[in-house]
Amino acid sequence: MEIVRSQKKAPTTVDAVPITQLYKSAPALEVRLEDFEQFAIDRLRVLKGISDGLSRGKKHEEMQKLVTDLLRANMRHPDPSEVINKDIISHFVLRLVYCRTEDLRKWFLANETALFRCRFNGESAEVQRALMSELDIPHKALTKAEFENARDKLSQVARSINQPLPGSTTADTTFFKVPFEEVPDLVAGRRVYIHKGHAYVAMNQVVSLLVTKFRSHLSRALVLTNRSSVPLTVVSLPRKWTSAVKEQEKDRLSPIVEALCTSYLGPDYSQPRELAEMSIKDIDQVAKTSFPLCMRHLFEKLREDHHLKHGGRMQLGLFLKGVGLKLDDALAFWKAEFSQKVGVERFDKEYAYSIRHNYGKEGKRTDYTPYSCQKIISSTPGVGDHHGCPYRHFSEENLRAALYKMGVSSRAMEDIMDKVRNRHYQLACTLTFEAVHSSSCDAGINHPNQYYIDSQKALQSKVNCI
Amino acid sequence: MTREEVENETDDMLIDGTVEQQRQDDKAVPHEVNANYLKAYYGKLFPVTDIHKWLSYGNDGKHPACDESYFGRREFSFTLENDVYLRFRSYNSASELEKYIKDSLPFKIDIGAVYSVDPSKRFAYAQSGDNVFTPVERELVFDIDISDYDDVRYCCSGAGVCLDCWPLMTIAIKVIDTALRDDFGFNHILWVYSGRRGVHCWVCDARARRLSNEQRGAIVDYFRVYKGSENSNKKVSLPGPALHPFLTTSYTHFLKPFFEEKLIHSQNLLSTEERYEKILEMIPDESVASELRGKWQDKKRSSNSKEDINIHRWEQLKNLLQSGKHKATGLRRCIEEIVFAYTYPRLDMEVSKHMNHLLKAPFCVHPKTGRVCVPIDPNRCEEFDPTTVPTLSGLLEELNSGASQMQIDSENKSDTISLGKSIKLFKSSFLHPLLKSCKVQVFLLQCCLFLQAFLYFCSIFPAFK
Ligand code: SF4
Ligand SMILES: [Zn+2]
Repeated sequence: MEIVRSQKKAPTTVDAVPITQLYKSAPALEVRLEDFEQFAIDRLRVLKGISDGLSRGKKHEEMQKLVTDLLRANMRHPDPSEVINKDIISHFVLRLVYCRTEDLRKWFLANETALFRCRFNGESAEVQRALMSELDIPHKALTKAEFENARDKLSQVARSINQPLPGSTTADTTFFKVPFEEVPDLVAGRRVYIHKGHAYVAMNQVVSLLVTKFRSHLSRALVLTNRSSVPLTVVSLPRKWTSAVKEQEKDRLSPIVEALCTSYLGPDYSQPRELAEMSIKDIDQVAKTSFPLCMRHLFEKLREDHHLKHGGRMQLGLFLKGVGLKLDDALAFWKAEFSQKVGVERFDKEYAYSIRHNYGKEGKRTDYTPYSCQKIISSTPGVGDHHGCPYRHFSEENLRAALYKMGVSSRAMEDIMDKVRNRHYQLACTLTFEAVHSSSCDAGINHPNQYYIDSQKALQSKVNCI
Repeated sequence: MTREEVENETDDMLIDGTVEQQRQDDKAVPHEVNANYLKAYYGKLFPVTDIHKWLSYGNDGKHPACDESYFGRREFSFTLENDVYLRFRSYNSASELEKYIKDSLPFKIDIGAVYSVDPSKRFAYAQSGDNVFTPVERELVFDIDISDYDDVRYCCSGAGVCLDCWPLMTIAIKVIDTALRDDFGFNHILWVYSGRRGVHCWVCDARARRLSNEQRGAIVDYFRVYKGSENSNKKVSLPGPALHPFLTTSYTHFLKPFFEEKLIHSQNLLSTEERYEKILEMIPDESVASELRGKWQDKKRSSNSKEDINIHRWEQLKNLLQSGKHKATGLRRCIEEIVFAYTYPRLDMEVSKHMNHLLKAPFCVHPKTGRVCVPIDPNRCEEFDPTTVPTLSGLLEELNSGASQMQIDSENKSDTISLGKSIKLFKSSFLHPLLKSCKVQVFLLQCCLFLQAFLYFCSIFPAFK
């Protein structure tokens, strides 16, 4: 497809990649139903690409490039004047689709926010400033005196994150003093100087501030959209839109929305499917043959230490639930291990609750679905933790040892390590699957529970062949 | 709420089925902590009024700006004698809470978040739609446990703690407390001995209580220097050409002096091969490590043997790493990494990250040790000795002998015995300053309300202006 350049010198889109939007209100636009769907799917491709990138642990600069490519590939429009509309419409359609459950909202929010961040970074200083004022960011910079006072610390922070020292050019001396709560990502990475509750944000970090605002706007909007859209009917569309969609086409909308929603996020594996339930006596055997490395490792550690820290208990516990371990069995299973270390008493007191909780028997009763690979890969295990994805979180040495124990041949091993080095963790896991099952896994591994199901199927079919 | 209702409502949370056994038949447990002891403790010593005052944050007065439902939306959770674990209890007043505690004599009291609605009625709200029942406020809390330091202490392990390893906790308090005040600007911080092997921290500023989970996570990450789990090699990594000011401050003010002046010989970190190998492992340059190993394996030490062997070897290590030929290779940072690995606070991250996590209430009695969870003064934390904190049996002895000597009214009883010092500390260094600032806030809120009313008035009667 050729890019048709704008005739009337629109200041915005030279190469027809849309500029950063804030999506404050739904547009008053005529939307053709075909566009409605197509735009949404195109945007979904972008978001899915972003989500993959994030789960691969890509760095800022790499994400920047990835997003530019994704936008080029998916968000263009033959009519340049329509590019912005496509951007806005697709955003609002997906907002409708993804507002409906906590998981969907989280996924959408995370990826839309990442998209926003990358786009903002690509804008000129002028546009950036305009966006800042549109999001009500009071850009009151540090005064000269304040800057001089903090100068030492500011340059120390700059050095610690490999940034140019402030003060070398005039632009660099622009710092904003904001409550630390507004820039959580900068705080988390120790990328700012913090004093008495204020974070000193450099001009080139301002994007964090905007992201926070953007995120909270969107998050609130999603919840509101959800409130107004139960049950899901066309009426739930922003009012301006409903009138724009032709009367007779209204009924077709719902199914489209439904379909969009289930594509891409994948099943959540919260209910054991397809296979029969698992009983405790099989668990050791099954762990050897059909658990992905992340779960196998947790399982072995639990057997060895009779203990797992919180992160490990969640990751393994929810996985086992998805695999089909019933609550009573789960309690017995964990109790058998933990009681050896902390005693029956403490187990009942301190740990049983959270297991019941995972099964929705306590507390909020929602939101306890087994973790996906993406979630596991992006977790940050600390001292004493065994959760996380071995392909990402193990040292090379430990990973090799673990794979060797799984029976991976040395040839397959090198292929796997190669994927790991390129941060394709799920691909590495897929290769491992193929190596130990000697059967292919075309869909790739996206979820530990999927690994389990595919593994069981592969083993079954082998049995049937014989 | 009657006992009946309590039972019904909590039925599904219990593992062992029975909610309350006859508490009256005193099968005296040989344990230090038993129901009889607790009865006296909760009856005469436990400062429930002060705890109520604290957790009300000024919302217990009569002024119009007070949020009367505030305390009643706080979750309490109890562990009873027969291992029954009750969550999501709530009480509208100090006397309600006191009555429940005195009646049920919990072995452990946990404090949770303030929720959007009364936690004990959460099921009623759950029917009316999703997400109505959510935590809205929660102190920022930290939990540091000495058993997480097992790879750097040789005197004790697990739950054990002695005066050689306790200073690791002291240094953790100093590092975190300083950063919470100087960096994050918090003022109302309560440190409490956990009763056995660690410390808890409660940050109670209004601003801290309103942090979102994401913001809590950010603070936790700000404090994180341990990268990687058990399964990756390097435990501490401090990349970048310089350290962040927070790390520099921690290092120069607390960690380095502590490591060099105390820990290195109290734990004999370099005296035996097994121990120094662990440190050599952290030097990325093999040649440097083996040069040091060569020197240290040589039994006849050349230097005067009066000097502590640990300190001597540490100096050798530093000299070699800082010497001209290694300066450029980034090995200098390695000294800092070693010191951080051995001394930097190890937080239980999960506890701090989520608003709905529970934490044991101050002044509880630890069921295993019988020690009271007393506050620790962060300014004098080096004086704190976990082995001499008041214990339940000790307190009761004091109480009995004291009571027979003079009949004091129960109000002051706690002052006269060793717990009094701790309660005084709780009040003077934490509760009073906190309530003062709450009053100011409530006052400001009141002014706002008044101003609003006034402006509204003006808008109705423009002429009045
Ligand atoms: S890729 Fe997924 S399934 Fe495989 S080890 Fe990592 S988290 Fe587990
Ligand atoms: Zn010790």
